[in-house]
Amino acid sequence: MMPRRFMAIGAGMLWACAAWAQPSGGPVQPARQQWSFAGALGHFDLAAVQRGYAVFAGSCASCHSLSQLHFSDFTGMGMQTAEVAALAATWQVPDGLDAEGRLKHRPARPDDALPSPYFGPEAALAANQGVVPPDLSRILKVYPGGPDRVYGLLTGYAPQAERQKGRGFFNPYAIGHFTAMPPPLHGNEVKYADGTVPDVQAEARDVTTFLAWVSAPYQDQRRRLGVGAGLYLCFLAVLFAILNRRIWSDVRK
Amino acid sequence: MAGKPVCHNGHDTEPAAQDQPGAWVRAYGRLPLPADLNWLWTIGAILCAILALMLLSGLTLTLAYTPDAGLAFGSVEGIERRMPAGWLLRAMHMTGASFFMLALYIHLLRGLYYRSYQPPRRAVWLSGCGLLVMVMVTAFAGYVLPWGQMSYWGADVAGKAVGALPLVGGWLEGVFLGGDAPGTPTLHRMFALHFGLAFLIVAMVAGHIAHVHARGSSSPSARPVEVTGALPFHPYFTVRDMLAIVLVAITFVGVLCFWPELIAEPANYRPANPLHTPADIEPEWYFLPFYGMMQAVPFKLGGLLLSGGAVAVLFAVPWLDRRAGAACGAPALVRVFAVAVLICSAVAAACAGLHHMQGYWLLVARLGMVGYYAYFLAYLPLSGRLQRGGAA
Repeated sequence: MMPRRFMAIGAGMLWACAAWAQPSGGPVQPARQQWSFAGALGHFDLAAVQRGYAVFAGSCASCHSLSQLHFSDFTGMGMQTAEVAALAATWQVPDGLDAEGRLKHRPARPDDALPSPYFGPEAALAANQGVVPPDLSRILKVYPGGPDRVYGLLTGYAPQAERQKGRGFFNPYAIGHFTAMPPPLHGNEVKYADGTVPDVQAEARDVTTFLAWVSAPYQDQRRRLGVGAGLYLCFLAVLFAILNRRIWSDVRK
Repeated sequence: MAGKPVCHNGHDTEPAAQDQPGAWVRAYGRLPLPADLNWLWTIGAILCAILALMLLSGLTLTLAYTPDAGLAFGSVEGIERRMPAGWLLRAMHMTGASFFMLALYIHLLRGLYYRSYQPPRRAVWLSGCGLLVMVMVTAFAGYVLPWGQMSYWGADVAGKAVGALPLVGGWLEGVFLGGDAPGTPTLHRMFALHFGLAFLIVAMVAGHIAHVHARGSSSPSARPVEVTGALPFHPYFTVRDMLAIVLVAITFVGVLCFWPELIAEPANYRPANPLHTPADIEPEWYFLPFYGMMQAVPFKLGGLLLSGGAVAVLFAVPWLDRRAGAACGAPALVRVFAVAVLICSAVAAACAGLHHMQGYWLLVARLGMVGYYAYFLAYLPLSGRLQRGGAA
């Protein structure tokens, strides 16, 4: 509890400092966070990834798409096939037109892609004052600054943020210190099964972990393979080095 | 039967071989090589190993890829997310491309430094230069296929560069793009080119190797085999090649599994968007020296000619370096210095290619270009003339 409160105070102070600084420059350097998946040997905290999915579905999915993901991909964050099917059924996907030409919907199946929140790019433009919310499928790969900046951006709004006409919301981690995204997290968007208080920091941390997993779903397998293959190849290299020495031992230099 | 005439080690006149492949393999195994070959002569084997990896992973990736402007990005995402071991196959193909180009550049520099282009092996050098061009075209075509932002805008820049050629430029740009802007026709063309050239490269590599075996390998000392002594290819050099391949495989696994961001361009994970030009369009690292040279010239055609000439000049090397005989005219120190200047120039041009070409970086790029061309157009001819002057 205490570390989280300190973090909240720290984030608040950081925000104050950032607000104090000139508001026209580049984004503020975000504070470094501890991430389960950071470093060459890190691996995803799959419980956090699953909690992050809940935050995504509750807060982000109303504006942002995950267009490259299929529901079946969620087996990678530690869910069983039946759980994935149940989860998919909570989403509605478009299902062609009915006899009167109206769009039909049906519950999603595991092999469906996650539906976009808009009918098309024009609808996205119209619904968001002319700014299309980016697709989040690879956001941690393409967004400069990595998870620290995403976390900073999600938690960096002023307590009572208000839209300024033509500029959006003040946020020190956004380019030009203004972002079109309204504060997405307010706390209590989700209920955590383990009793953790779902404040903005905890939700931002989990959803960032979820988005990092979505951006690189096979990162853990990749690293595990690297350790195994690296050890094997090192052993093989030693054997070949010995063989090489023996074979070349009868050649005088 | 390319291996037959190369067996100079006397006692074997093969009995008209019943089992042809076996005899052929044995003849290659007995191939005498200079005993003083150093570790730089293992790069050829490393290149063959990476080429095999690229071919196998590429053929598998083909099964799930769709060359269509609307579907290509999604099909690559499907490969990475849903195809069994697709992420591994694509990672191997991407890492393999960078490793292949790196090994190819080292192979090329080794040939330049040890003057492997000397008369009995001119055709080997020329086929190698041909391979370099084919590999570069293949690498470029392959980079367009994922249809990310860098793919699209790379194709756009390349199309405009081709269009700057006099007379045939407009026509060639049309053939390349298949329209006014990159699109589905471009993807079809690049896919066919990438796929087809891969097999041409394999055939060309076979010819390149057969030629080396027919003419005998070059060596660091450039003295005839009678002086250096000869060792059979197997087991001496096969074992050394295997060790080198395993050592490269360790770095390969390191990059693939732990530091993929060294070779992956993040912007290419955004789908191609013709309406949004990225702030910096930059090619893969192995094209950066040539890209830097292209940018360093204020008019398009000049930039195109100078960056294309940087590759074309390699074909002329056997005739630019007129130093007679096998013995190296220039002392080792001078040769090391010259190659170091060449490498530094290429790196400088590459660094400049990464940045917006103005002010300081423009100067760096131009200096790099001068240094690069100086090696071929000043150092090589002059050192030959000095040697002949000294001998006379």
